[in-house]
Amino acid sequence: MKNLLIAGVGGQGSLLASRILGVACLSMGMDVKVSEVHGMSQRGGSVITYVRAGDKVASPLIPEGEADLLIALEQLEALRWMGHVRPGGGVVMSTQIILPMPVITGQTAYPENIADTVRARGLRTQVVRAHDLAAGLGNVRVSNVVLLGAASRLVGFAPEVWEEALRVSVKPKFLEINRQAFALGRAASETEEAAG
Amino acid sequence: MAETMMLGNQAVARGLWEAGCRFVSSYPGTPSTEITEYASEYPEIYAEWAPNEKVAVEAAVGACVAGARAFSGMKHVGLNVAADPIFTAAYTGVSAGLVVAVADDQGMHSSQNEQDSRHYARAAKLPMLEPSDSAECLDFARRAFALSETYDTPVLLRLSTRVSHSQSRVTPADREERELRPYQKDAGKYVMVPAAARARHVVVETRLAALTEAAETDAFNTVEWHDRRIGVVAAGIAYQTAREALGERASYFKLGMVWPLPEASLRAFAAGVDELFVIEELDDFIETHCRKLGLAVKGKALFSPLGEYTAEQVRAVVLGAETPAQSPAAVPVRPPVLCPGCPHRGLFHVLHKMKLTVTGDIGCYTLGAAPPLSAIDLCICMGASVSSLHGFVHARPEMAGQTVAVIGDSTFLHSGVTGLINMVYNRSHGTVLILDNSITGMTGHQQNPATGLTLQGAPTHKLDIEALCRAVGVGRVRVLDPHDLAGMEAALREELAAPEPSVIVARRPCVLLPYVKRETPLAVDGPNCRGCRACMNIGCPAIRADGRVMTIDRALCVGCGLCARLCRFDAIHPEGERKL
Repeated sequence: MKNLLIAGVGGQGSLLASRILGVACLSMGMDVKVSEVHGMSQRGGSVITYVRAGDKVASPLIPEGEADLLIALEQLEALRWMGHVRPGGGVVMSTQIILPMPVITGQTAYPENIADTVRARGLRTQVVRAHDLAAGLGNVRVSNVVLLGAASRLVGFAPEVWEEALRVSVKPKFLEINRQAFALGRAASETEEAAG
Repeated sequence: MAETMMLGNQAVARGLWEAGCRFVSSYPGTPSTEITEYASEYPEIYAEWAPNEKVAVEAAVGACVAGARAFSGMKHVGLNVAADPIFTAAYTGVSAGLVVAVADDQGMHSSQNEQDSRHYARAAKLPMLEPSDSAECLDFARRAFALSETYDTPVLLRLSTRVSHSQSRVTPADREERELRPYQKDAGKYVMVPAAARARHVVVETRLAALTEAAETDAFNTVEWHDRRIGVVAAGIAYQTAREALGERASYFKLGMVWPLPEASLRAFAAGVDELFVIEELDDFIETHCRKLGLAVKGKALFSPLGEYTAEQVRAVVLGAETPAQSPAAVPVRPPVLCPGCPHRGLFHVLHKMKLTVTGDIGCYTLGAAPPLSAIDLCICMGASVSSLHGFVHARPEMAGQTVAVIGDSTFLHSGVTGLINMVYNRSHGTVLILDNSITGMTGHQQNPATGLTLQGAPTHKLDIEALCRAVGVGRVRVLDPHDLAGMEAALREELAAPEPSVIVARRPCVLLPYVKRETPLAVDGPNCRGCRACMNIGCPAIRADGRVMTIDRALCVGCGLCARLCRFDAIHPEGERKL
């Protein structure tokens, strides 16, 4: 059973990331459920997407403490959802920060050193400058796929599986830049692994 | 066809197509919207957006009486709007099949209430099917038409957020092409005057009894025997949650048809288990039925009537398992916000600044209620902004000069215009702001009668909102750009002072529309910024304080220029155009 969580902010592209993951799992012959968020929460709110794959999946939601991997497109969202990861699970998080409105209006403060807090939980943690890497490719919107590339080795599957999942999930016009984004993320995770 | 993954809503659309459905009319509403969008991609199906759910269902009734298999889809609160035709279509029955999907929103991910639409099936005496995953969405949608024609009844298909918006495996099949059924005039069946309706009511009751009988053997309901110490009766997403939580430690009576409910087979299941639980989100709908049968069930005494259930909760209640500790960190919440560049932001800034009382409505602009804009006082349902403004100023005439309604273009045409007719007819005062962003925004950009495009994007008559307002008798109608803050404030002062109803159309397209160009992001000129925070009052997620001065996140900013207009120190400019 694979239990994958994608956390982010509405508009960051967690939907596409979850669909690529779902297609990859399906192509491996697994039963798959992907639970998406549409509607009001998409307007800059917290967005959590669940991808579950295995012999037979019942609920589309991952019970608390049972996620194998958390892919967080934003730091605060990593903090919010890390409690859903099982002991020994992994976190792949972006360094991107998007301030929520209560922080902007000064009602509350944005927590500091989130990456350290997540690491201190004892989970396998990778911190990826996904936003900068995507900006380097000329389109910050592909930071979701950069992060997915970084997470891909933890998820497993051969490179061809990912290549095919990208091809069927991404519009042809944007396929090339998403391929590059995925490769950048994957390479970044190798570097991190080597360094860590 | 090979197995593939589909969203629940996409699978419903596929089921409609496979069943030979020809006619689809709906109004968008999360989480139901994509059914109709996907249906519109099949060339054999005529699909449209109607102005509201009542019109949509009535159109579908017409198509089915004319002999075409027909469908209408809506969210739970949309069914309230469509309830009128549905309750009487239950009497007329159908010619070709008629299926109405209703998507509930347990947990209120994108809704103003959490009503349990199963009560409608009971109240209207209609069969209701409830799929629990995408495969069942396809299968039930397809079989609903056969059920509809066999029993001469409209059929309700109940969905929920987690079924509609989850992808899972389906195996699509071919379309069963169907000829139109011959049209035959039959006033006794289709003209619901009292004499005919009395006769039809007898038919309705007989049909319900026959459906109850069918529920005993019908393949929509299934029993899974595992450990017999625990028995669970469940349907839809609650079944999947229970299955996740309890696995083979329980036996299941899975209901695919949640109305009418079987009797003998439920009794038999109850007799086969030691302890019987009904696991259902929201109301005690199935539980009440079981109690009526005299079954000793455990339900709402143990489970909440609120929100969605999780597997952890079910495990805790049924098995006495410990719930895992909550995440230790207190994490700031992240509520949804108006997008950077949203045309509504400037308007709400003005309303807030003028300290007006604002009756609100359903759409993206409901987010104008959140701080720091905090510019909405009342929000009930589609269209209510206009009608409640009338009641409010009637009760408090002294506040007429400081109370306005805000309503979106699509919502105004859905049911706001009737409220405006009432204001004119009953000589109300008050100003209605129609926020025309040229699209139905919150549900993800659907066309509407004022956009001049059909569901398929084909050109059609473009409704003239100003002309419509004038036609119902509003003498004072004007159009403004909501980014013209000073102009909007001046216009509001004038209209609020006028002793008659008035309309201001605040027109600027949604910033997310593909044809709206993103401008150069803005940047704060550090030395010029005095840290007065005037730009922070508009609640733009792209602006933040960085020590004393403000900064703008260039990744989020679309260059709308609203903050620059508010800056009294000329400290905000398009990046690269910094003044020296």
